[in-house]
Amino acid sequence: MSAADIRLQFPLLSTQMNGKPLIFLDTAASSQKPKIVIDAISNYYETTHANVHRGVYKLSQQATDAFERSRHIVKHFINAPSEEEIIFTKGATEGINLVASCFGRKCLNEGDEVLISAMEHHANIVPWQLICEEKKAILKVVPITDSGEVMMEEYKQMLNAKTKIVAITHVSNTLGTINPIKEIIEIAHTHHIPVLVDGCQAAPNIAVDVQDLDADFYVFSAHKVYGPTGMGVLFGKKEWLNAMPPYHGGGDMIETVTFEKTTFNKLPHKYEAGTPHIAGAVGLGVALEFMQEIGLDVITEHKQYLLDIATTQLKQIDGLRIIGEASNKVGVISFIVDGTHPYDIGALLDKQGIAVRTGHHCTQPLMQRFEVPGTVRASFGIYTLESDIDALIKGVKKSISMLL
Amino acid sequence: MANSINDIQEELISEFEFFDDWMEKYDYIISLGKSMPMIDEKYKNEDHIINGCQSKVWLNAEKDGDFVKFTADSDAIITKGIISLLIRVLTNQKPEDIQKADLYFIDKIGLKEHLSPMRSNGLESMLKKMKMYGLALNNTSC
Repeated sequence: MSAADIRLQFPLLSTQMNGKPLIFLDTAASSQKPKIVIDAISNYYETTHANVHRGVYKLSQQATDAFERSRHIVKHFINAPSEEEIIFTKGATEGINLVASCFGRKCLNEGDEVLISAMEHHANIVPWQLICEEKKAILKVVPITDSGEVMMEEYKQMLNAKTKIVAITHVSNTLGTINPIKEIIEIAHTHHIPVLVDGCQAAPNIAVDVQDLDADFYVFSAHKVYGPTGMGVLFGKKEWLNAMPPYHGGGDMIETVTFEKTTFNKLPHKYEAGTPHIAGAVGLGVALEFMQEIGLDVITEHKQYLLDIATTQLKQIDGLRIIGEASNKVGVISFIVDGTHPYDIGALLDKQGIAVRTGHHCTQPLMQRFEVPGTVRASFGIYTLESDIDALIKGVKKSISMLL
Repeated sequence: MANSINDIQEELISEFEFFDDWMEKYDYIISLGKSMPMIDEKYKNEDHIINGCQSKVWLNAEKDGDFVKFTADSDAIITKGIISLLIRVLTNQKPEDIQKADLYFIDKIGLKEHLSPMRSNGLESMLKKMKMYGLALNNTSC
C-alpha cells in the first residue's frame, strides 16, 4: 500500500485549512486518525459498551473482552512478556507520573539521585522534580552534544551508588534523535539501576521490543500512534509493579475493602483505579493493528526517506539552521531561520495551509541548551507524502521572503 | 488634539478592507512591524515584559502632558506588527479614554479569528496591560 493510499484512509487529511488543502506536518504532537479507528470507537459505543470487569451479564463481558483484547495487542506491539505488565493510563504523562510517584515513594530517600537527559520533554522532567522535592532527592541531567546526542561518557560517569533510577526518552520529540537506548539501559543495569523509557516518539516510528531493550518501564501515548487521545500505555516489569505502592485508589484496583484495611487487586488492575477509558483502549488496539498491517519496517523506511529529502532541501535555504543533527533520527525536523522568529514562520505557514509546530515543544531546557527562543518543527506520519515536503519548502521560502 | 480612538479604528478597518487575503494582510502587518519605532533598550527588562505571549514582548507607557505614549518591541516581527496596530489606536490618548476604549477593530479586521489561540491570548494580555497603564497613569495624575 502506498503512502497516498494510506492517506485516503484519514478523513481529516482531505480537508482544508485557511482555504488551502491541509498539509499536516505536526504528527509528532498528535497524529491524525484513520477511519478504521474512528469507526471502532463509535462502533464500540453503538454495540458493545458496558462497564468492564464488573457485570455478570453478556454486554459487560463483551466490553471486558474488547478492553482486554487491546491489552493483548499492546503486549504484542511492544513484545512485553505478559499482559499483567501492561497498564492502561490516560497518556504517557500519567504513566511517568505514576512511576515517579510510586517508585519515588518506595525507593527514593534524601540525597538519592534521579538521572534524566537534557533532551527530555517536560513530562519526563517535572514529575521527577516533584518527587525529588518531596523526598529531598536530587535531579541530575546528562548533557547532550551540539548535534543533539546524549554524551555517553558523561552518562557513565554520572551513574553512582546514589542513582536510584534513570528516566530518558527513546526518541527526542524536538530533535528527532534516536537514543542508543539499549546501551543506556545495559549500562544502568550493570549498576542495578532501573530505567524508565519515554517511548512517545519511538512507538509511532520504530519497532519497540521492551524485552530486547530490557526496559524496566516503558511509556507511550495512544494519540501519537494513530489512536485516540486520553489513552496511554505503561509497561512495567512485574517485579517493580508488584513492589511499588498503588497510584490512585478506587474501584477495580482493590481486592477487599474494610474501613480498617484494604487489600489490592493483582496486576494490571492494581494500577487501574476507576472505570477506564474503554473506548480509548479499543481505539488504541485497532490503531496498533493498523500500524502492524502496514508494517513497522515500512513505516520506519518511509519516514527515513521523507527525513532525508526534507533535510537536504531545507539545508539549501539560506540562513536556515537545523537544530538536531544526530546521525540516527526519526521523521522530526526542527529548524530556525536567521533573522526570523519561529512564530513568524509558523503563522505564515498556517495561512498557506501548512500545519507545523512552533515554540519550545515542551522542552524549554533544550531550547536554552541551543540558545534559541524556539524552533519550527515539521514532523511526518505514515500518511505524509513527498508533495507535503515540497509544499513545506515552498512555504518556508515564501515566508522568509515576506519576513526579511 | 489627536484623532479619537474610534476615528483611528475606522481608519484601520478601511485600510484592511483593501486586502484580498490574509497573506496580503500579513504582508502589511509585517511592514508595520518593521517600521515601528524601537523601544528604548532600557525598557527591555522583566518589568516591561508581557506574559501570555509566546514571543517576547516589551511594553512601556509614559505620560506626556495629558496623554499616554506607548512604545513596545517584540522578537517576532508579526507580533510587533500587531502591537503597532494597538499602539496606533491607543497612543497619544488620554488615560481615561484608554481605560474605557472598546477595541472593536480587532474583530472587524478579523485579526482575532486569524490568530492562533496562543497569539490571541497574547493579544488579550497586551491589551489588558495597556489598559492597566491607562489606569495607573490616570491615578498618578489625580
